[in-house]
Amino acid sequence: MRRLPFPALVALLALLTAVLFASSLLVGPSDIRIGDAFGALFGNEGVTTMVMREIRLPRAILGVCVGATLGLSGAVLQGWLRNPLADAGVLGIGSSAALGAVIAIVSGLAYASPLALPVSALAGAGLAAILVFALAGQGEGGNGLILAGVAVASLTSALTALTLNLSANPFATLEIVFWSMGSLGDRSLDHVYLALPFMAVGWLLLASVGRSLDAMTLGAETASSLGVRLAWVRAIILFATAAAVGGATAVTGVVGFVGLVVPHVLRPLVGSRPSRLMVASALGGATLLTMADLAVRLILPSRDLKLGVVTAIVGAPFFFRLILHERRRSMR
Amino acid sequence: MKLSARDLAVRVANRTILQAIDLTLEPGEFVGLIGPNGAGKSTLLRTLAGALPHGGELTLDNRPLAGYSARERARRIGYLGQDRHVAWPLIVADVVGLGRIPYRAPLSRESDADRQAVARALRLTNLEDLASRPSDRLSGGEVARMLLARLIAQETPILLADEPIAGLDPAHQLATVQIFADMARAGHTVLASLHDLTLAGRWCDRLILLEGGRIVAQGAPEAVLTPERIAETYGVEARFDSDADGLIVVPLRLVRQQRREVR
Repeated sequence: MRRLPFPALVALLALLTAVLFASSLLVGPSDIRIGDAFGALFGNEGVTTMVMREIRLPRAILGVCVGATLGLSGAVLQGWLRNPLADAGVLGIGSSAALGAVIAIVSGLAYASPLALPVSALAGAGLAAILVFALAGQGEGGNGLILAGVAVASLTSALTALTLNLSANPFATLEIVFWSMGSLGDRSLDHVYLALPFMAVGWLLLASVGRSLDAMTLGAETASSLGVRLAWVRAIILFATAAAVGGATAVTGVVGFVGLVVPHVLRPLVGSRPSRLMVASALGGATLLTMADLAVRLILPSRDLKLGVVTAIVGAPFFFRLILHERRRSMR
Repeated sequence: MKLSARDLAVRVANRTILQAIDLTLEPGEFVGLIGPNGAGKSTLLRTLAGALPHGGELTLDNRPLAGYSARERARRIGYLGQDRHVAWPLIVADVVGLGRIPYRAPLSRESDADRQAVARALRLTNLEDLASRPSDRLSGGEVARMLLARLIAQETPILLADEPIAGLDPAHQLATVQIFADMARAGHTVLASLHDLTLAGRWCDRLILLEGGRIVAQGAPEAVLTPERIAETYGVEARFDSDADGLIVVPLRLVRQQRREVR
């Protein structure tokens, strides 16, 4: 069986992303026909233009960008840690962003300004990255990073629980539970303007580590002998992931499994090369998340199904498959 | 290129692993690094590869090795470690191609020189037929040869190899040391740690014997490999013989209980 050449795979995934992006603009509770939708997006046609630009466009943009961020960061962390079970979650980024969000909700800041919650979540992610960096030390192995990430994740989860436990606001728990399920609904262009710069900086930084990830295929020692500056690359990966995933999580809440599943599914299609997997996973993540967001709107439009719930429902069976596959491999 | 160490010392977690190491590696030499387990061979190879902090002087062409950028160093010194774990099932040619990373600009495609280096490395290691096989479908010996090919494709003047023949059958052990000897004839410098004293004695131009973190002897194989020294450092009684091509050293029995077991 011949594998699809890499440029063809990238073109295919890019096309799929573009089609899904366009579909995302066409789906919503207000009944707008295809021709009107795109006309309104670029022209000025009153309410329709407002719906397109203020409601659907931010949602579609965030779907693609957040999906790309999650897919890309998953591919990078799996490559760096040489572990197919890694994603941004192992660095504690998501749980510390959640802590930031909880603090914004409980303190009431979130009700004062629509951007207070995402800014607070972003700050949580940034602090987590600094803490993980300080804890992980200068050791070269991936274990230091994982241990530090798990430690920070446990601490922030505990603090989140404590905050909710002591909160006088009975709705805070409900809010944070919904927030942690992840959603792209009711996001405005302000959310895009807040998150996109962080995601873009993260993407650019992560794009520079592809070759180093390829070298890590043979382990840290060999990578170092091939000219990879381990401490430097590790710092780039940690802070770029915190910026990109922190920015994404701040506006969408926690969306799990995309970073884990997408690289796993695409790895065989790129000949397992970590640098190629980054490109494919970014596009694959954008595809998967936009598809999930379409599903959320089409399947149960009236029940406000959460995005993170759908990705987890789709993702968990893949996880089972991964475990079974690994088990077969280790028995062989 | 000349790699030399003067009074080199390495401490890891407050424990001295290497001390008072003086050595010089000249172009065209195939040097064998021998010594019992735990003598510090791997640490010495890693330090010479520029991967560990150290005391004393370590220079490459009379310039401190630490003064070279990581990339400059990677074009001059190649290192083959003992770790043969390949994280992802890349095909053999792609793994070998990783040796070209020090030469590739960001986002560039591979050059003709890259392709030729990979093809040559595959040919030398007799892996041409396996070039497009995923590396998780190789035998242990094939993985070892693939990683050797990766080192060769790096085309460095200096090659450091940590137990490159461990786990190989006799034919592939000979083929491997033959490759190193040929590369030395072609002007490369090779330092390889070896446990097979006969192979070390017959194929290396020079041997360095390490024990307890110090060099206890270095020089021509006949001068380093003596029955007394083998008994003293390895704790084994060996049968010594020789033919036209050099020494034959066959360890036969322990001369004393291994210290560790007595305790």
